[in-house]
Amino acid sequence: MNDIVIPSHLLPSYREQSAAVRTRFDSLKAREVILTVSKLHKNFDSDGKSTVALKDINFSTHRREFLCVVGPSGCGKSTLVRILAGLEEHSSGDVLLLGQPVTGPGSDRGMVFQGYTLFPWLTVKKNVMFGLEVNGHGRNESEREAMQWLELIGLEKFADVYPYQLSGGMKQRVAIVRALANQPRILLMDEPFGALDAQTRCRMQAHLLEIWRKIDITIVFITHDLDEAIFLADRILVLSAHPGEIQELIEVPVPRPRSVAQIVSAEFLATKARLEQLIYSARHEPAEGEDYPIMRRMTNVADNVE
Amino acid sequence: MARSTLFRVLRPLSPRAKFTIGILAFVLPVGLWSLVSYVPAIWHPQIMITDAGSVSYLDVGSHMARDAFDSEVADARQEGRAPPKGVRANPIYLPSPGEVLKAFYTSFTTPPETKDGQWLHQSLWHSIQIIFWGYVISSLIGVPLGVLCGAYAALGRVNEPFIEFFRYLPAPAFGALMVAILGIYDGPKIAIIVIGTFFQQVLIIANTTRKVDPALLEAALTLGTRSRHLLTRVVVPAILPDLYRDQRILLGWAWTYLIVAELIGTTSGITWFITQQARYQHFPNVYAAIAMIGIIGLGTDMLLAVLGRRLFPWDRSLAKFA
Repeated sequence: MNDIVIPSHLLPSYREQSAAVRTRFDSLKAREVILTVSKLHKNFDSDGKSTVALKDINFSTHRREFLCVVGPSGCGKSTLVRILAGLEEHSSGDVLLLGQPVTGPGSDRGMVFQGYTLFPWLTVKKNVMFGLEVNGHGRNESEREAMQWLELIGLEKFADVYPYQLSGGMKQRVAIVRALANQPRILLMDEPFGALDAQTRCRMQAHLLEIWRKIDITIVFITHDLDEAIFLADRILVLSAHPGEIQELIEVPVPRPRSVAQIVSAEFLATKARLEQLIYSARHEPAEGEDYPIMRRMTNVADNVE
Repeated sequence: MARSTLFRVLRPLSPRAKFTIGILAFVLPVGLWSLVSYVPAIWHPQIMITDAGSVSYLDVGSHMARDAFDSEVADARQEGRAPPKGVRANPIYLPSPGEVLKAFYTSFTTPPETKDGQWLHQSLWHSIQIIFWGYVISSLIGVPLGVLCGAYAALGRVNEPFIEFFRYLPAPAFGALMVAILGIYDGPKIAIIVIGTFFQQVLIIANTTRKVDPALLEAALTLGTRSRHLLTRVVVPAILPDLYRDQRILLGWAWTYLIVAELIGTTSGITWFITQQARYQHFPNVYAAIAMIGIIGLGTDMLLAVLGRRLFPWDRSLAKFA
């Protein structure tokens, strides 16, 4: 995907939006705000030293928006999504879901992790039923709903199978519907396709867009894969590292519905060029062991491979 | 079964190699024992007397050292008396596999030597009951306490340093104390097994509990699980197969304390049978009784292993070696 290099002066600006895309963004922004993050700070204290992980994060997402968060490693994007999920506490600032402050984990926010976190002792169906049951739904009702969700993503045949019998992609599909079964307002995804092979990841991205199109759900999706972010997102939140700060909130000019063919479109490449500029040019000095030196030649001078 | 595939780090064996080596594990030691028992040239340091001849202190069937026998024969010949006769034999404490095998049957059919004595099956049953109650009492407290210590760091911190200290105290050291408190019958014996098992149990199960994948807890929390339900909804089901395995290991642990426990107060159970048979020099019976403990222990464990695979079909931790 990275093979096509077009000089940036030949590309349109990533800010240029076609009329259709602009209309879409207008209607998106007219929708109610689901999640508001304002003046969010997060410090980690260890050995008496305090490190700033996230600094002054402000953004909000609208209903049925697909927001991706990208940034270099160490920018705190995972910390951010864990704070949104309520799995970690923030140092100061506000996280509001529909105006209510987030104080801990809850079923109003679903989460899909990078590792496969299906409960290994439960069958696929019972995994999907888990959230419904702990939230007080009866067994029969939970079972009926779980089966509906599994039918929705075409996994009803695997209802009585244990997670270890599923492939990585199938596990993540089950993890997604397990989170959706609670009918959360927002779905938080922390590099959910990071452990999948390239082909499966591609199909999962299309599958996720299909689910997102058909369900009233807002998605915050963490990734380090820029193509994935552009392919999926309405808007991309770009973070910088040390400390994690917002560099830019980019409105993706690639029109919907998305298809793989768009990866070579001018809008896509312009957006990617901008993301690379933000993420790679702003690289801090490499830390110890992170610089890659030019190596001494250890073969005969005539023995060349390229 | 190429040689090169047998010795590779963490590589599972082929089914055939597994079967063959498993059989060899029993055949080899028994074969060695048979060689020593049935081939006189290998050891047989003694002579069993078949005819006392002119030597007045020899009894038919008694054993004596070979060189002593040889000098008696030489003396008798020199003095023109009838020499004693005998066959080479192993010491009486090393019966042959055949004798022990026979004893497996005869020890059950031999009535007790004393009137108030017990048959072998009664002794065994008594021992099994001691183990059972010791293990059950230990587990009733040890398993929940171990899970709680593993799940809640504060509880672990309160209990574990003390338990860590206590587990180094040898359980038999409490024998006299337990007799003083619980009398001379089954009470102190069960108590020794509890003391020997309980402290290890709490620590092992606490450690197992700590190995729960924290991501599973987080997933459960984001699905709306209250934190007070995490223990029953996630922690316990997640560790159940490992906990079951721990309990199997601890049952073996309880068996190892059995003999010491049964010596406390009035000797009872299989220990009583073994000491009685040794006193009458019925060594094949002694070996048979010791082997029976092994067979019961191994049999129970294999049964529990099969049951475990039925109970936890989703457990993959040992699947590739199973």
